[in-house]
Amino acid sequence: MKRLQQAIPALIPLVVVTAAAEFAVRQGLVRAYLVPAPSSVLQAMIESRQELLSALLTTSLSALLGFLLSTVAGTTIAVFLASSRAIQRAFYPYAVFFQTVPIIAIAPLLVIWFGYGTRTVVASAFVVSIFPVIANTLSGILSTDPALRDLFRLYGASTPVTLFKLRFPAALPQILTGLRVASGLAVIGAIVGEFIGGQGLGSVVDIARTQQRVDKVFAAVLLASVLGLTLFGLINLISYLTLRRWHASEQ
Amino acid sequence: MQPSGGVALDLKGVRRVFENRLAVIENLHLAVEAGEFLAILGPSGCGKSTLLRLIARLAEPDAGSIHIEPETQFQTAFVFQDAHLLPWRTVLDNAALPLELMGVARDERHGRARTALEQVSLLEAADRYPAQLSGGMRMRASLARALVTNPRLLLLDEPFAALDEITRFRLDTQLRELWRQRGMTVIFVTHSISEAAFLANRAVVLARRQGRIKLDRRLELPAERGNELRTSPELGREMRLLLAAMEEE
Ligand SMILES: Nc1ncnc2c1ncn2[C@@H]1O[C@H](COP(=O)(O)OP(=O)(O)O)[C@@H](O)[C@H]1O
Ligand SMILES: [Mg+2]
Repeated sequence: MKRLQQAIPALIPLVVVTAAAEFAVRQGLVRAYLVPAPSSVLQAMIESRQELLSALLTTSLSALLGFLLSTVAGTTIAVFLASSRAIQRAFYPYAVFFQTVPIIAIAPLLVIWFGYGTRTVVASAFVVSIFPVIANTLSGILSTDPALRDLFRLYGASTPVTLFKLRFPAALPQILTGLRVASGLAVIGAIVGEFIGGQGLGSVVDIARTQQRVDKVFAAVLLASVLGLTLFGLINLISYLTLRRWHASEQ
Repeated sequence: MQPSGGVALDLKGVRRVFENRLAVIENLHLAVEAGEFLAILGPSGCGKSTLLRLIARLAEPDAGSIHIEPETQFQTAFVFQDAHLLPWRTVLDNAALPLELMGVARDERHGRARTALEQVSLLEAADRYPAQLSGGMRMRASLARALVTNPRLLLLDEPFAALDEITRFRLDTQLRELWRQRGMTVIFVTHSISEAAFLANRAVVLARRQGRIKLDRRLELPAERGNELRTSPELGREMRLLLAAMEEE
């Protein structure tokens, strides 16, 4: 109930903007082929619900798969980079470089490598979302409390034991921050991949664009945002469940 | 369980330098008897923590030698300035951590961790998480973690500095009691003159530069130390001597 009350301020702009848009389009202040009336977006959603829902499902699976791949590969790479200063100096610059390559530029390359279809879309989601996982995990692992490192050494803990019992759990808040960023990027990556070589919401947007169906474009974009928000919320929930004991002030 | 009793230390000509700098510790000689309670005082930055890490064998001296007699694995425990507990573990699992790292089976280490928690009067908080404890309780959990292995050498690096005075007094008394029961060797680093005088049997004052020993004094105080000692003339006399040594250049 309290939560609901807290959500009300955020709902006000939504209601106001939606109402204003509806009014503006109906009065002919804005051309309907540029910005659709919210009511027609809703209508498009209902009319094409079959197509949109199956597109949403396709995009969700690809984004999720790409995100899971970046989580696993990203943390593994971060552990590898953290293993020695020399390895870090040798490889980290490439990770940074990799991040600066725009996905839209390499997406065609992915199509050449993986063909049209899910594999390209997953690869695209993976490529754009792995860097924040690497960067955050690495910085988390490297900032382990020196006193605790001393403590583990004092009792003869090996490097893997120290990694799994100290460095990794201690880095969890930072790792989760990386995953939060990565989840949003994975959705973007999946949609970009679908523009060029796949099905799902990205291709719905692309096709609707050629048909000048702005209402359908908006409907698909709206669903993509919902997907992004859902993933984000999921990571927040996992964060809350795993970290609440760290900060618990109640008994 | 390991045999109790303390270890003797003999530091000869110890030197420690960090890259491109003056030596933090230069030609330090210090002998510590088994079972002694030694306080080390000195201005901040004079090398006290560096010295403790050398004694704990967490770092190597650049010259000289540190002899510990007898020396066995896992006989040393370290308590840091802040509790440094693992926030994702309960108090019990924090206290059991050293045993876990040493490979002691779960049931045994939990039993021993409970004993250690009982000794610092924290058993009732065994299932809580560090975030649910007060500063003093966290420090006691940290102390239990150090005691759980029955160390023969206990090193403490300004352990109670961040606590309020009453909590510190209680912990001082508790620590001294534990030392008397176990006969381990304790080296207690502090910048509090009153704490050093109250706790220790012997106090060493280090100079600001190169860890030179300015004063090495056996304190003339009774073995039994209650709170009434804190305001006594005897303690005052010892504190004046330590203070004079700290102030002299
Ligand atoms: N790992 C290190 N690298 C470089 N300098 C260090 C390192 N550790 C300590 N020092 C320096 O050595 C001096 C003594 O430090 P420390 O032993 O921590 O002093 P204290 O514990 O007495 O305050 C300080 O000047 C500190 O900056
Ligand atoms: Mg220090």
